[in-house]
Amino acid sequence: MKITVTDQAGEVHELEGLEGWRVMEVIRDWGLNIKAECGGALSCATCHCYVDSEWLDAVGAPSDEEEDMLDSVGDVKSNSRLSCQILCSDALDGLKLTLAGSASKDT
Amino acid sequence: MSTEITTDVVVIGAGPCGLFAAFELGLLDIKCHFIDILDRQGGQCAELYPEKPIYDIPGFPMVTGQQLTDNLMAQIAPFAPEFHFSRMVNSIEKLEDGSFKLQTDADETFYTKVVVIAAGGGSFQPKRPPVPEIEQFENKSVFYAVRRIEDFRGQDVVIVGGGDSALDWTLNLQPIVRTLTLVHRRDAFKAAPASVNKMKELVADGKVNFQLGQIAKLDGENGQINHVHLTTDAGDLSIPATRLLPFFGLTMKLGPVADWGLELNDNTIVVDTEKFQTSVPGIFAIGDINYYPGKLKLILSGFHEAALMAQAAKAIISPGERVVFQYTTSSTKLQKKLGVA
Repeated sequence: MKITVTDQAGEVHELEGLEGWRVMEVIRDWGLNIKAECGGALSCATCHCYVDSEWLDAVGAPSDEEEDMLDSVGDVKSNSRLSCQILCSDALDGLKLTLAGSASKDT
Repeated sequence: MSTEITTDVVVIGAGPCGLFAAFELGLLDIKCHFIDILDRQGGQCAELYPEKPIYDIPGFPMVTGQQLTDNLMAQIAPFAPEFHFSRMVNSIEKLEDGSFKLQTDADETFYTKVVVIAAGGGSFQPKRPPVPEIEQFENKSVFYAVRRIEDFRGQDVVIVGGGDSALDWTLNLQPIVRTLTLVHRRDAFKAAPASVNKMKELVADGKVNFQLGQIAKLDGENGQINHVHLTTDAGDLSIPATRLLPFFGLTMKLGPVADWGLELNDNTIVVDTEKFQTSVPGIFAIGDINYYPGKLKLILSGFHEAALMAQAAKAIISPGERVVFQYTTSSTKLQKKLGVA
C-alpha cells in the first residue's frame, strides 16, 4: 500500500506502507519531519497530522484518549489525527495526509 | 546560595538507563549524583507513559514505566546515589586536570571526574504553541509556569489548555486577577472533575470567561502582549490580555547539550561502541541520546551501554587499578556491596 504525505514545507512524498505498521512509523522510517517522541504509546501528540477530507470516513474518528492527547497541541483541526493511531491496511491504500506544524522535530 | 559538590560521576538524566548506570558504577565502587529537569526519577517512563505496558525488557514479559522505575530504584538503593531534581545543567567546562565543572540553573557547581549524559530525547520543556513570534513575549508577558503569583495580580490573564495545570491555575489565579479567560479547543477537559466543576461555577458566576477556540496570534510590543487572537468556530476573536499562560504539556528538546562542544548527529551525541564515550574524553553518553552505527533506541540497549561505560569510567576515576570482572551470582565481594552477603 502507498500513502501520500505532505510535509510542513508543502513537499509531497509518496511512501510505501506495510500492512499493520502505524502510519507514524512509516513516516518516521522515511525520514520525514516528525518528532513522534513517545514512539506510538499514545502519550504525546508529536505525530499530529491532518487527514484529507476524502479519507476521513475510511480512517474513522479518534478515540477518547486520542482526543485527550490532541489537547496538548495548539493547531487542531476537525480532521486532526495522531498518525500513530492509524494502522496501515489495504483499505487505506492511497491515504493522503498532511503533517501538522506541531509534529515538527523542532516543536 | 550557591552549592559546590565534588563527586566521581555526574549522571545527567535519571531515566531508566541513567538509573541502571548507577548500579554498574556502584559495583565498581563509584559514587554518582543525578541531575534531572523533572521533579522525580524515571525520565520518559515516568513523564510520558508511567501506566503504559512495556514488553521488551529482558526478564519482564510486561512491566509499566512506573514499575520499571521503581524496580531500578530498588536495585540501585544499596549504592545510595544522590538526586538533584528540577534543575538543568547549563554548562560543562573541562578543567586542566581532565575533570569537569558543571553549572546548573539552580546555582550549583559540580566538580566531577566523569560526566554521563543519559538525557534521552533531551530535557523536558514546555511545549510552545504555534503562534508567530511568541518568543519575544516569553518570560515577560507569556509564561509557561507560574513562578510568582504576584506577576498576575490585577492583570488580564488568558490561560490556554484543558488539563490540570490550566484548570488549577484558573482556580488559583482568579481571585487576584482583573479578568481571566480560559481558552480550550473543546468543551471537555482532561482534569480533575472537581476542578472542572469549580471552574464551571466561576463561569456561571461571571468570574471566569470560558472561550472555545485556539490561540492564533498575539499583539503587543516590547515583550508586553495587549491582545490574544483566537480562531473559533464562530470566526476570529480578539481578547484584551496582559498575561498569557499556555499549558500544552512538555516536550523533549536537546537544550544546552547542543552547546557543549560534543560531536552530534541529528540531535544525538556520537559515541564509540567500546566505551560509549563522546568526542570529549571523560564525557560518556548512554541511552536514547547517543548515536552509533546500528543504534536502536531501546531501554535494553541503554542498559548494555551503561555496563561498558562503567568499565571505562572506572579506568578514568581509578587509573592503574586492576579491575577484576566479577558476577553478582558468585562474587561475595559484589554481594557485600549489594548488602545481600
